[in-house]
Amino acid sequence: MQNSTSATQSVRSSLSNLLWSLVRFREAGISIFILILVFVVTLRAPSFLTTDNFNDILLNISILAIMALAQTMVIITHGIDLSVSSMIGLVAMMVAFVVKQNPEMPVIFAVLLGMALGSVLGSFNGLIITRGNVPPIIATLGTLSIYRGLVFFYSQGTWINSFELPKNFKMLSKGTPLGLPNMVIIAILVAIVVYYFLNHTRTGRDIYAVGTNPDAAPFAGIRKERIIFLVYLLSGLLAGLAAVLWVSRFESAQTNTAAGFELQTVAASVVGGVSISGGVGTVPGVLLGALLLGIIQNSLTLIRISPFWQLAAQGLLILIAVISDKWILSRVERTKK
Amino acid sequence: MSAHIVPESKLINEYAPKRSFLSIFQRWEWMLVGLILVDVFINTRLTPYFMDARNLSRASSDFMEIGLMMLPMVFIIITGNIDLSVASNMGMSASFMGLLHNMGVNIWVAAGAALLLGTLGGMLNGYLISKVKLPALVVTLGTYAFYRGLAYGFLGDQAARGYPEAFTYFGQGKVFQTLVPFSVALFLFMAVIFGLVLHRTTFGRYLYSIGNNENATNYSGIPVAKIKFVIYMLSGFMASLAGLILAARFGSTRPDNGTGLELAVITAAVLGGVDINGGKGSMSGAALSLLLIGLMRFGMGLKNIQGQVQGIAIGLLLIFSILIPSFIRSLSTVRKTINWRSALSTFIFLLIFVLFFVFFFWSRAAVIASV
Repeated sequence: MQNSTSATQSVRSSLSNLLWSLVRFREAGISIFILILVFVVTLRAPSFLTTDNFNDILLNISILAIMALAQTMVIITHGIDLSVSSMIGLVAMMVAFVVKQNPEMPVIFAVLLGMALGSVLGSFNGLIITRGNVPPIIATLGTLSIYRGLVFFYSQGTWINSFELPKNFKMLSKGTPLGLPNMVIIAILVAIVVYYFLNHTRTGRDIYAVGTNPDAAPFAGIRKERIIFLVYLLSGLLAGLAAVLWVSRFESAQTNTAAGFELQTVAASVVGGVSISGGVGTVPGVLLGALLLGIIQNSLTLIRISPFWQLAAQGLLILIAVISDKWILSRVERTKK
Repeated sequence: MSAHIVPESKLINEYAPKRSFLSIFQRWEWMLVGLILVDVFINTRLTPYFMDARNLSRASSDFMEIGLMMLPMVFIIITGNIDLSVASNMGMSASFMGLLHNMGVNIWVAAGAALLLGTLGGMLNGYLISKVKLPALVVTLGTYAFYRGLAYGFLGDQAARGYPEAFTYFGQGKVFQTLVPFSVALFLFMAVIFGLVLHRTTFGRYLYSIGNNENATNYSGIPVAKIKFVIYMLSGFMASLAGLILAARFGSTRPDNGTGLELAVITAAVLGGVDINGGKGSMSGAALSLLLIGLMRFGMGLKNIQGQVQGIAIGLLLIFSILIPSFIRSLSTVRKTINWRSALSTFIFLLIFVLFFVFFFWSRAAVIASV
């Protein structure tokens, strides 16, 4: 009797050791959560595990993934960019106006124009944060309402509708010359570039260094101000790209385009394991975070949860993901000791 | 390489320095008073309807929901935390009351239940932040979606309306036949209480202490976790109270009531001189900044400026409120020799921004003309 209990205990402990050694990598918590969610949803709605549906999810999270990566770079430096939604809104409106006036313009010009405009807005954020010593949350909270106000001022409340946009511009995001929708391919390219930038370039490592210890970074010869300026500039640049894709995908530019999107980008990063206190965060984690948000949104519709309860379920699942991630991390810490 | 600036200890600032008569006026609160006077002066010049007691009284009640939520937000920001879920909590409580009202429950019972639900919402935030030790931004971002979602779940696409007059008094009524709206009186009463708690009690001092150094405060035997729990609970309660006032003012409830107000609440607190990094701030400053924002929006509204365009002015004010003091400090402390490289980069940035706005106006001209 005594023996058998100790035997089962040892089997159990070796099993749990195996399990915990599996989950030692940082993205474990969220991966497990995604797998469980996929399993449960597939039981309820078998159509979930089809390539069509998966393509749909990818299309829906492309813009979120791009902006979550931008937000991640900012959060790693212990900052936050709340103005992304307004930057998207403003650039979307300006690009849509230009495209409407010049329907013959090559699409690539619209993309470049969007990225240039976004960079200007992002560098304004970066300037007041680095030169003006304004805390990032205040600076971007301010520009959140400034840029949104400029959208209204720019368009005088008018919208750009689908029929006012040329067809090749609308196909920019949805065309599938390479098998996948262009937008998904652009998001994957952005992810690869950001991954390489963060992990294999000096500037990328400096971003982590600034976030891990902002006071020590300058002593290591890192130009802290430049790095911080750079991440806000990049955030603006990617917001510009996202804005063009947004107009192309939804075929309209409205005064409230992307309103409230900033909190989704923060949610995707945080769920993906980015530490809000800086210095921690990986590209695969953030992509999984965006994927999780996309799967939640998609599956709630598939298992026929009333649209009115979907937001509540999303919020609840985000909370559960964050709490379970914290719990798994603390268990992993314990086994490491 | 730029010289490394050693951050001065925040704690030292908290000891009352020797004050000359003039230094009293260097406080941010007086700056706000000055701005309010300037704003009133400009607005009375621009439009004769500004200095109208009835207009002012009606406009003032528009800001009381923000004000009620701002009071506990000042506590939370002083401890170096944040609550993004207030506006969602407000929507949730108001929708819950609307749901109960639609089901035929007595309005006062429904209001009580809504207050309870809002307080529970605050307690959930507080529990996750103080006991599970998740970052405040993460937790309240999650509950921001969760509570707003519950609001939609409760009411769906319906609106609750037809509240009895005794209830709408809380949002529309005036105190004793004067022009002072009830909600303004309620806000002032609450502001005095919150101000006294912050500035005249040990609890208030603990909040500053947590904001300056949470670990040290914890080691001093101060129940940090309990205090954080209490302030988030307070925040939940005040958010639901604001929700009730809003429902009473509109005479109806929709699940999207108050969407986006959390940023207005944080803006009001920060513009009032409450340091977003914690440890600094006063209730009088926050109340003054609310008055300033209210008067500015009211004045711009009278000049027919759209709400979102008004946001440009509020956003600029928020940034400049921090930019200008730090600019003045940098001018007075460091005597700068002219640095050609920084001058050049400044010039390039100015050029880029000018080009941006040239393009901004040029590209919209044709489309606006065609509309």
